[in-house]
Amino acid sequence: MSDILPTSAPPSVPAKKIAGFKPDLLMKENHNLCPGCGEPVALRKLLEAIEAVGAQERTIGVIGIGCYTSFGSGIDVDLVQALHGRAPSVATGVKRMRPETLVFTLQGDGDMVNEGLQEVIHTAARGESVTCVLLNNGVFGETGGHMTATTVLGQRTKNSLEGRDAGYHGYPILIGDLLAQLEGTAYAARGSVHDAASVMATGRMLRRALETQEKGLGFSFVEVLTMCPTGWFIPTAEGPDYLDKVMGSVHTVGELKRKAHD
Amino acid sequence: MTRRLMEGSEAMAEAAIAAGCRFFAGYPMTPFTELLEGFAKRLPESGGACINAESELEAVGMAWGAVATGARAATGSTGQGLSLMQESFSEITRAELPLVIFNMARGQGDYYQSTRGGGHGDYRHIVLAPADAQEAVELTQLAFDLADRWRNPVLIYGDYLIAHANESVDITPRTYPPLPPKDWAVDGTLGGSGESRTVNPLGVDKKSLGIDPEGLWNRLQEKHERIECEEVRVETGFTEDAELVVVAFGSVGRFVRHVVREMRADGLKVGFVRPITLWPFPSEAVAAAAHAAGRVAVLEQNAGQMIDDVRLAVLGAAPVVAIGGISTDRSGFGVGDLLNPAAVRGRIEGALSTGGNFR
Repeated sequence: MSDILPTSAPPSVPAKKIAGFKPDLLMKENHNLCPGCGEPVALRKLLEAIEAVGAQERTIGVIGIGCYTSFGSGIDVDLVQALHGRAPSVATGVKRMRPETLVFTLQGDGDMVNEGLQEVIHTAARGESVTCVLLNNGVFGETGGHMTATTVLGQRTKNSLEGRDAGYHGYPILIGDLLAQLEGTAYAARGSVHDAASVMATGRMLRRALETQEKGLGFSFVEVLTMCPTGWFIPTAEGPDYLDKVMGSVHTVGELKRKAHD
Repeated sequence: MTRRLMEGSEAMAEAAIAAGCRFFAGYPMTPFTELLEGFAKRLPESGGACINAESELEAVGMAWGAVATGARAATGSTGQGLSLMQESFSEITRAELPLVIFNMARGQGDYYQSTRGGGHGDYRHIVLAPADAQEAVELTQLAFDLADRWRNPVLIYGDYLIAHANESVDITPRTYPPLPPKDWAVDGTLGGSGESRTVNPLGVDKKSLGIDPEGLWNRLQEKHERIECEEVRVETGFTEDAELVVVAFGSVGRFVRHVVREMRADGLKVGFVRPITLWPFPSEAVAAAAHAAGRVAVLEQNAGQMIDDVRLAVLGAAPVVAIGGISTDRSGFGVGDLLNPAAVRGRIEGALSTGGNFR
């Protein structure tokens, strides 16, 4: 990928903005999430993917409850605000009544993997023709950095102060791997937004997931690992490295399933 | 008019589909199961979908998504299953979505759950309580109209008898006055136009600057007050010269109506009030009957729930006595010894002669 600059070292020349970064479906450029948050990056890639498949005028999103809930007022597609954990079921009802639309959900790890685990599993098992997007940062960011079902072993959170201990707190759930095993899942992938290359790769995953839905192949799922320096209690600039090394070593990035695609 | 002999559940499912219902999701539970079966059989051939949801939580979520698209949709269960759905019911009410809910209850112990909202926050559902299969058919069709008209969930309070008894019913679709367009419903077409929609329980659109919970709740309360003024439904009988008026709803109300007619034939001066809407409660009809008769008995198949609303309606102007009580079979499905004309007559005669237990 020649259009990607190396990010391992400082650039030799100052960065120059050569094109707008705002997808058409984004109504405002500002967000009210913390500095260093990875969620706005994931949102941008999702909106770009919707535009790439040409579904701007036939997309319905279902948004869960978390920091990303505030995106609901700033993205220009029809939206349904769901309860914590319940977005996949709501998306099911939407898609069954509007099969001509492209339906996606946006949930965090607390929303999808804690509160609503059985919702996403059954939606995948039914092969429901929707795309579920998980923004996975391993903590409840909105409540201030508490342990979720995806928090990795050893990770310190407000309610695992000495680090997540398998004997006491149990093991993290690798939700993408779990969903990939289900027959109804046609596409599953885990991306990240900790550097430019992974942002680009995540964009391709989101596009493939939406294409999977467009082709009626079954359930599609993209997990995006996102930085949460506030919830991780680390300096903002250390977010990408922490994501790569701490979360990425457990929640391994890559495509997990690609059924009858292309 | 064509009448057919049908099981109540089947008739209610047919009535819902005749009213335009195109989506149903549920989880089996006695005595709700046959209603789910009815939808599962008939919805696909009517161009709709019925999903056997993995839990009641998911059933109500699916119905939520379906109504958000503007489709007529419903879910249901018994009171137990509805307990699981309450979080969503509260939010769906706040999102002003026209969901229809069937409670095929085990007896009448779900009166509080149905009429007090049941979940968190300040909200109400319109609650319709049919006494027999024919009325269940009519109220099912009315429910979809009221839900769309008020953009508020409507709950139908059925029970084991209504679900399982075979009765002669007429399912001809009813016609109602025109409804406002569902311009709030999501269909995806406005994406990218700057005018895309959001269906949410926060009372905001995409141009709102932050949320306004107080404003939303006040607006909902004002709507609920208008519903209280306009949607009360009640059946009364023999209240003009009654010395005792009996208040009862649903299947129990049907037994009371029958027994009061029998007692009238025997020269006993009793009357009845049967709330058809449990919320809004027919307070004026109850108060008027109570003032005329001077004594009120409440026969409900629970430990005493509707009696609170009766007492609030009567406001101390007449003594109100509970003559019902918990009565169930060994399965707990709500068909107990009380659902028997002789037993009902015994309770009413007791109240008539002794004045009963004036708690």
